[in-house]
Amino acid sequence: MTSTFQLSEEGAAFVKRELNRYEDRHSAIIPALYRVQKENNGWVSPESVTYLSHLMDLPESEIEEVLRFYTMFNTKPVGRHHVQVCCNISCAMNGGRELADRLCQEFDVHDGEISGDGRFTISRVECLGACDKAPMMQVNDTFCEGLTEEKAIEILREMK
Amino acid sequence: MEVKLLTEHYDKPEFKALVGYKKLGGYDTLKKAFGMKPKEIIEIVKASGLRGRGGAGFPTGMKWSFLPENNEPRYLLCNADEGEPGTFKDRMMMERAPHQLIEGMVISAYAVQSKKSYIYIRGEYTESYRTVEKAIREAYDGGFLGKNILGSGFDHDMDVYSGAGAYICGEETGMISSLEGLKGQPKLKPPFPAVKGYLRKPTIVNNVETLAAVKYIIRDGAQAYRKNGTEKSAGTKLFSVSGNVVRPGNYEIPLGYPLKDLIFNLCGGLKHGRKLKAVIPGGSSAPVLTADEAMRATMDYECLAQMGSMLGSGAVIVIDDSNCMVDLMKVILHFYHHESCGQCTPCREGTGWLDKIVTSIVTGHGRLQDVQLLEKVAKNMMGRTICALSDAAAMPAISFVTKFRDEFEFFVREGRSKVKKEGYNYAQMHH
Repeated sequence: MTSTFQLSEEGAAFVKRELNRYEDRHSAIIPALYRVQKENNGWVSPESVTYLSHLMDLPESEIEEVLRFYTMFNTKPVGRHHVQVCCNISCAMNGGRELADRLCQEFDVHDGEISGDGRFTISRVECLGACDKAPMMQVNDTFCEGLTEEKAIEILREMK
Repeated sequence: MEVKLLTEHYDKPEFKALVGYKKLGGYDTLKKAFGMKPKEIIEIVKASGLRGRGGAGFPTGMKWSFLPENNEPRYLLCNADEGEPGTFKDRMMMERAPHQLIEGMVISAYAVQSKKSYIYIRGEYTESYRTVEKAIREAYDGGFLGKNILGSGFDHDMDVYSGAGAYICGEETGMISSLEGLKGQPKLKPPFPAVKGYLRKPTIVNNVETLAAVKYIIRDGAQAYRKNGTEKSAGTKLFSVSGNVVRPGNYEIPLGYPLKDLIFNLCGGLKHGRKLKAVIPGGSSAPVLTADEAMRATMDYECLAQMGSMLGSGAVIVIDDSNCMVDLMKVILHFYHHESCGQCTPCREGTGWLDKIVTSIVTGHGRLQDVQLLEKVAKNMMGRTICALSDAAAMPAISFVTKFRDEFEFFVREGRSKVKKEGYNYAQMHH
């Protein structure tokens, strides 16, 4: 199979730098996967693994193994904004699960799936280390803390 | 009362950047350290009684002295993969005081004669990563990292590494696997990392708070550090308090501080005038305390161990009487099931079964023997695996069932929670 995915020139240069940044080349796999995800609308496709394998001169299996192990890598497409609602203990005690359900309802999307307009993927996730500001959610890279359902809906409505 | 040793300047925004940090005495202790022999520093840290602040509470100085006496390169890894549910202190430390961590690390690296260190930060903490990365660049520019630091002849390089979402990477050998570019699966010990760690080379892994504390121990001396805390639990510690309290947050208090005062004085007691039901004193893997036990507990390693729980990472989760313990246990067990790395059968299968059994109870399909089954499965998971995750799931399970058995039995018998909550459907919560 020929590889159809390619990183930007900048992205490829970044991966090459990461290969030399750490003592072992394998340490570049995680940063490389982050880069692919960033340039590929938030997920890592099978083609991009083939591409990385050539670029990094590492077997696909070794990249795939890392990809599958860590929860922050998405192996299927996600919405333009990835909304992760913490449902672990302190958030659960402060309405995190109700918040996740309300957001899914409001934006008409099932847990972990993409909304019809492609805007959101809303997922229930485990503790994000912001328990004093429960309930909270992470929207892409940003922590939104001390939420009410209304506040959270407002934040997401602003996102195009 | 709070004792702000590490957190003294945390409310000053300028403490975050090198200029402000230096103005407030930053890097003065590093100069002092270079006037000492590395072995002297290790002895001071040993005498201070400092114990690992990440969860296991192992004596730091002793850990350092396990390094073999040879010329192999050795690594220092900072464990910033804060993931124990309820814990959020390391994030604050990195975001408000990155240079405090760097200074503590260079002093520690000098003590153990390591030329290279990494700070392994959990992937979700992007703000911590950016802040620490920037501070490292500042430290290089200021001459606090790199070659011949402050004219001492000591060279040290430091870099950051981002995890990608895996609780298990907070286990030190799991973290090493992850940093090596592999799945973050823990390795069998021995050999311990101090002997064969990162890239099979001698490696010391310490938590963020532990490394930051080293700075103050060297600055003030072991005896001064010991003025706070108890004989076996020396110094201050940061506690992350969350749950149903009025003022959740991080509190630095001397070890040995009464849990009752932490909850009812510092944190303002329970919200909405509710009653205390239970407290998880050290992160979600620590066995739960009943309200009665919590009122008697002091926050130190020995008291909590005596009560059959543990200080862990210092995450205090305060639970009021509006919560159903079966429901909360389901949340906890779902987490450990999700995070089991799958290497060891008792953990991979055990966490799955615990999760399944408690799910069947909480959705109204439980059988009376399921309550016993939970205990039986959990007991079979203890002490039989490569790392502590299996125990981390089993311990809360056993404590929840033992201490709140009536709630479990009620749920099975009646098919509903003993705790009535308006408009609340427990089965629906766990779809």
